[in-house]
Amino acid sequence: MSLAKPAMRGLLGKRLRFHLPIAFALPLVAAAAFKYGVTEPRKQAYANFYKQYDTTAEFNNIREAGVFESVRPTGK
Amino acid sequence: MSQPMYLDRLDTPLPDRPWKDVLDSTDKSLKQKEKGPWTALSKEEKIALYRLKFNHTYPEMKRPSHEWKTVIGGMFIVFGITGLVVFWQCHYVYPPQPHTFGEEWQAKQIQRMLDMRINPITGFSAQWDYKNKQWK
Repeated sequence: MSLAKPAMRGLLGKRLRFHLPIAFALPLVAAAAFKYGVTEPRKQAYANFYKQYDTTAEFNNIREAGVFESVRPTGK
Repeated sequence: MSQPMYLDRLDTPLPDRPWKDVLDSTDKSLKQKEKGPWTALSKEEKIALYRLKFNHTYPEMKRPSHEWKTVIGGMFIVFGITGLVVFWQCHYVYPPQPHTFGEEWQAKQIQRMLDMRINPITGFSAQWDYKNKQWK
């Protein structure tokens, strides 16, 4: 019939001591994961693409496909 | 509402009035005994006094109900009825599809998107192999 006396004080402090480090660590982890999972690969993809991008060759390809309105394909 | 009410609520530990208002003779004698030193009360008498004052204990108040099964079941039934309604609608209500949905038009559309180099780095045209004229 005799139970332990429940905790009467320090409830908020206990909760904060548990949750605040998590609240700071989780967003940092999420930001790091996004940076190294998404933005860095994306920057690399753009860098690689433009390293071997021949602008005139691509222009001519698109021109031959007939998409431009200012220049016709070389046939006409 | 203007009379004192008894309510089993988790956030109101002491309701306005006790659970049993009309006491018979045994309850009355127990209440008399309660006026004396409580160490003289036996365990059963203490529990009887509790049950006079309160209807449910906190664990009894918090007992799980099986309402969620009814809710989920009703939800699925409504989904089913909605599915039938949508099916009828697709057959009888919708007008014919626009001509831009046809196979030929879609193929020409995709070819034009590839010619325009839509999203050539990470997106649409990046998946097309321009040398071998096929998807990567």
